[in-house]
Parts: sequence; structure tokens; C-alpha cells
Amino acid sequence: MDTRYTHTAVTLHWLIALLIFAAFPLGLYMHDLPLSPHKLRLYSYHKWIGITVFVLAVMRLSWRATHRPPPLPASMPAWERFAAESVHYLLYALIFAIPVSGWLMSSAKGMQTVWFGVLPLPDLIGKDKELGDLLHEAHEAFNFALLGLLLAHVGAALKHHIIQHDDILARMIPFLRRKP
Amino acid sequence: MRTLFILPLLLLTTLADAAEFKVLRPQQSSVSFISRQMGVPVDGEFRKFTADIVLDPAKPEKGKARINIDLGSIDTGNQEANEEVVGKTWFDAKTYPTASFVSTAVKALGQGHYAAQGKLTIKGKTLDTQADFTIEQKTDLVTLAGSFTLKRLAYDIGSGIWSDTDTVADEVLVRFHFVVARQ
Repeated sequence: MDTRYTHTAVTLHWLIALLIFAAFPLGLYMHDLPLSPHKLRLYSYHKWIGITVFVLAVMRLSWRATHRPPPLPASMPAWERFAAESVHYLLYALIFAIPVSGWLMSSAKGMQTVWFGVLPLPDLIGKDKELGDLLHEAHEAFNFALLGLLLAHVGAALKHHIIQHDDILARMIPFLRRKP
Repeated sequence: MRTLFILPLLLLTTLADAAEFKVLRPQQSSVSFISRQMGVPVDGEFRKFTADIVLDPAKPEKGKARINIDLGSIDTGNQEANEEVVGKTWFDAKTYPTASFVSTAVKALGQGHYAAQGKLTIKGKTLDTQADFTIEQKTDLVTLAGSFTLKRLAYDIGSGIWSDTDTVADEVLVRFHFVVARQ
């Protein structure tokens, strides 16, 4: 049995991670800026990155549904397996929910999302201030949930690598593998 | 003798008046616009405006219009932007609260299309403008609907950092929809 994720899964995982690391602080930063062309540009970039995450998330989940991930070590206690799987499923859900809530929020606020300034995404809902504010709250809440889950996700991966000396992290970073 | 002479004249005037539409129905009318921000079309509107329009649908070329728009009534769909665009770099609505259009001529373009030529004044600057529109009559109401492209920088709307047209395009499509009754 293979003990690592496929190249495709590894590539998608790190691409999505990288884009989230860019979009998350960008979102926090741009939100409090006074209105300026700079702010409008940053909002567009943030939305373009978000939609890219959405597209990659679709690919990642389609791949995940058709390719089993490598098994967890047999030595792992049941509660840890449960925790690992729960966090993974929630992360999968959020990498969809966050871009989609942002997309819908843009439509509700009357600012259509045009991917890279070229491809207009349909407005699935009309202009609606209250709904826009609600989606704003949801987008924010999802992001803080993501932050919490990411801390658990990264923390657990590091604990496995540094404290338990197993190959859990190497499933996603192949060159870290210790055993042949 | 004199009465006999005046009577047909009076009748004529009354008939002429009856053919003219001149009372705006503000609830059914609108002045809106579409700007482009980072290539994305964004809708907005002006909630307060007056329109003194006199139009005889049989003789549109004789029509006249004077439109006044309360710039402070702008709704961009975003509170922060509403506060920004009345400021000095945009409309400077404190100093120039009103934008006005006064027609000088109406020309028939054929197939029910007309062009209203006139002077558009915004932010203390007056430029010649032409707006194409259509006329639609439904017994006691006439609808004039049309649009024109405004080049915002020609009026210094959005100066300084905002003069960068890559973020906010120079061209703004202004659309109007006026419903006018006889009385």
C-alpha cells in the first residue's frame, strides 16, 4: 500500500495552501483600508485568488473522491483518527464555503466577480444589502473557523513529525520521508 | 367681432397644450449609471432629480428639457463609496450640489430614435452633450428612455489618485428613464 499522497493530491494541497496564505491576510488587511484605487485593486486580487482556490478545491475533491488517501499508521489511537478525519472534512468543506460565500457576497453587494478581470462569474443572487451583510458575516466566521482548524491541522502534522517521529507529514511532503 | 377672432386662437392653444406632455412622474422615473471598476460594471443611481420636460410626441423636435440632479442623492450601492463620491475629489457636492442638463435641440435619428443635444454642467464645468433616447407613448403617459456616455475626467470627477482609469474607467454610462404626463 502506498504511504503517500499522489503527486496530484500533493500539488493541489500545497497550491491551495499557498493561495490561502495569500488571500487570508490580504482579506484582513484590505477590509480596513480607506476607499482608494489601491483598495479596489486589492479586492479584485483577493477575489481572483479566492475563485482560483474554489477551482482547485473542485479538482482536489474530485481527485480525493476517486483516489484513496494513504492509510493512517495502525498505531494511531481511534480518537486521533476521528479527529484527523473530522478536521480534514471540515477543511474540505471550508475551501468551498469560503470562496462561495465571497462570490455570493460580491453579487449581493452589487460587485460582480470577474475572474482575472476577464471571466465574469454569474450573479447567483441579486443585489440585496441585508443578504450581503449576512454573507459578509458568514465569510468572516468561516475564515476564523478555517484559521482555528489550520492551527490544529498544522499543529498535529508537526506533532507527528517532531514528537512522534512517524511519516504522517511525509505523506504530504515526500522528501521528509525517514523510512525507506 | 373681437371675440370671434380670439376664440379659434384660444382653441388652438388649448389643443396645443393638450398634445404636450410636461409633468414628470418621479416615482416611475429614474436616473442611473454604470461605472466600471477593475473591469467590473457597477450599477448606481441618483434618488433625487427634477426634470422639466415639454414634449409633443407628434413633434419631438420641438421638445425641451431641463434636468437637475441632486448629486448628494447618489446611491452607489455602497455606503463607503456614497460618502467618498460627494467629496472634493469627486463631485464636490458641497460646492456644486447639482448637475444640470439643458437641451438646445432635439434631432430625429429615425426608427423612433432621437438625440437630445444640450449643455451638461457638472462641478462648475459646462460641456456640449448628446443623449440618444426613444419615445414611447401610452395614451396619457410618455416615456423618454435613453443613455449617453459621460467621460468623468472631462469634468474632473475623480481626480488625484482616482484619475487612474485602470481602476475606475473614464467612461460612465448614464441612463435616464423619464415618465411624463400631460398634467
